[in-house]
Amino acid sequence: MAATIPWERLRSAGAKLTTPLHPDDYLRLLNPLWSERELRGLVVDVRPETEDAATLVTRPGWGWRYDHRPGQYVGIGVQVDGRFQWRSYSVSSPPRRDGRTIAITVRAMPEGRLSSHLVNGLAPGTIVRLALPEGDFVLPEPPPPRMLFLVGGSGVTPVMAMLRTMARRGSMPDVVMHYSSPTAERMIFREELAALEAAHDGLTVHRLHTDTDGMLELSDLGALCPDWRERETWACGPGPMLDAITTHFEQAGLEGRLHLERFSLELGGDGGEGGTITFRTSGKEIEVDGATTVLEAGEEAGVGMPFGCRMGICHTCTLTLVSGRVRDLRNGEELHQPNEQVQTCVTAAVGDCTLDI
Amino acid sequence: MAISDVREYTHLTDEEVEQIGRELDAIRAEVEESRGAKDAAYINRVIAVQRAMAAAGRAAMLAAPHTGRGRRPAYAAGTALLGLAKILENMEIGHNVMHGQWDWMNDPEIHSSNWEWDTAQPAEQWKHSHNYVHHQFTNVLGYDNDIGYGILRMAREQKWHPANIGQPVYNSLLALLFEWGVALHDLDIERIRKGEKDPQEMKRQLTQIWRKGRNQVIKDYVVYPALSGRHWKSTLRANVTANIIRNLWSYVIIFCGHFPDGAMHFTEEEIEDETRAEWYLRQVLGAANFEGGPLLHVMSGNLGFQIEHHLFPDLPSNRYAEISVRVKALCEKYDLPYTVGPLHRQYGQALRTIMKLSLPNRMTSSDQPEPSTPARDRKRRTDAERPERRRELGGWTRSAS
Repeated sequence: MAATIPWERLRSAGAKLTTPLHPDDYLRLLNPLWSERELRGLVVDVRPETEDAATLVTRPGWGWRYDHRPGQYVGIGVQVDGRFQWRSYSVSSPPRRDGRTIAITVRAMPEGRLSSHLVNGLAPGTIVRLALPEGDFVLPEPPPPRMLFLVGGSGVTPVMAMLRTMARRGSMPDVVMHYSSPTAERMIFREELAALEAAHDGLTVHRLHTDTDGMLELSDLGALCPDWRERETWACGPGPMLDAITTHFEQAGLEGRLHLERFSLELGGDGGEGGTITFRTSGKEIEVDGATTVLEAGEEAGVGMPFGCRMGICHTCTLTLVSGRVRDLRNGEELHQPNEQVQTCVTAAVGDCTLDI
Repeated sequence: MAISDVREYTHLTDEEVEQIGRELDAIRAEVEESRGAKDAAYINRVIAVQRAMAAAGRAAMLAAPHTGRGRRPAYAAGTALLGLAKILENMEIGHNVMHGQWDWMNDPEIHSSNWEWDTAQPAEQWKHSHNYVHHQFTNVLGYDNDIGYGILRMAREQKWHPANIGQPVYNSLLALLFEWGVALHDLDIERIRKGEKDPQEMKRQLTQIWRKGRNQVIKDYVVYPALSGRHWKSTLRANVTANIIRNLWSYVIIFCGHFPDGAMHFTEEEIEDETRAEWYLRQVLGAANFEGGPLLHVMSGNLGFQIEHHLFPDLPSNRYAEISVRVKALCEKYDLPYTVGPLHRQYGQALRTIMKLSLPNRMTSSDQPEPSTPARDRKRRTDAERPERRRELGGWTRSAS
């Protein structure tokens, strides 16, 4: 039985043979998935969903745990022109303990070089890097009896993971979904949704084609779903749509029932005060204002800063703060403990500070 | 002669020096801009080949037949593969990754901040003694601890001491035990001898060296011999040989970088208010290249392009060959010396200098075109006494005591 093999002990014994490298540094040459140093995945299938969206089915390598919660996202890193670029996407497949693959669905953005590459340029057989699932836009256990999903465009992916999970368990509660998309053709998962709707009495899907019928007016929400006030609501989609939904729920005094997923950086907190940021290892320094993130400052100073999603979710850019104080621009929280790990893409200097890079 | 002002020495105007600086900056910018998939594929391929060679070398020894005719060839092949793998790891991979040449790939598995190399010296200490002390103060007397490594007298401007008579012996020992010489290099034994070293820092460094060195020794001299069972002696011998092959080769390559005749030394006056363009000039005057085919260059970590490496320590090594064409043309245009020769001649000159300088200056003749500056005792500088560091040399850091 696999569980009885003391893997960790075997690996640390192996390190005696490979020091200063890790056994995984050799094993990944035999099979690229045999390494835990950086999580890896093998792209086994690229399924076109619409003209500009595709689902990437990936078989993760060693170190992956198939315990993501429906609605969470994962980081995916691909080498473009020799350089690893990272983005985060919601997992659209339901979690399975016996799982062998995970699926993410990506829409090619007009200016998103990486998303276009993922949709059009990634062939099965490609090895990508992965980051473990994160995010708290998730299906609660057990799901509430009445749910409302407000979805725009590719914001459907985390919701799809939740719907698939409930469908697989055969426990679809009373679910109303409002799904906006520019046209019927650009609607990701439209056939699967139709099938789910047919199979589950509890599920009702409203479709809105915004190119012809205009955006959803939230004042019409009462007509679409008369009991929306009593439902637990999940909303995912473009920023302006989420802003409007937030305002609407706040006005109704129901913000506690609303769960949001934003795929863009929302720097709501106050800026830092600025100061001189010192990058200790590279010996570079730069003076910045309180609105410049530490990541931008480092890039400006010419430091080879690691980076990923650039919106505070993937943690690829995390560095050690040696001294000084930085502020998290999303919520104004200040980080100042010596050797604290900070996400450079969402923090700015509050006075002088030093980072270990 | 030790140069106290590169501008004066090269007979260039301020404007010309600045122009050279701009042209070199432009070369750097162009190469940075054009780094891409081919370069990434190159380093990944070198790493794969190196690891395959190391694994094959170890496997050949473990699988060697116990008796009969296959035994010796298996061990010979294993030793050669392991020695070559260690050379490749230290020269073309470790040294260059730790300079930050591949940091642009954004790959944490090939990054200067966490690379550990297959030799006794901890990476952290190497990055200080090499990236900072050697690359910033290249060939400046009293500042660059690589002028003779505190063991050999390599410049006529260094004061002679009776102990220097032993140089031919020290040199042979250094070559054989190069790995361990490098391991102790950042400790600055001269300072310890004079009782000037901070004891806490010394303890921290020694602990680091002890840990790294212990793991290296256990791997090569305990674990693999033990796995060979009755053949433990053969494996031990093979591993010692592989390490010595690596030691001798890296010693020869490194001695060809700054000790051939054309490489100049500098006095501390040079680095007062030195501009970036003057720093570039000092790198050209202070380094020496050697010629060879692509294989020789890969096996020497592209340090045959020592001049280009010193100008651009953090640009990918596979680009030095093409950069050298442009640097050579630039040197011709401004009538700057560009020292290059075959490997055997460059090493021969270094060896001759080691022999000659074991004696007082008056007993030997100089091989430099100009008379030497009077020798005097130059105290080694601490980091506190050094000017601020430059940005493009690859990083270094000290973990807390």
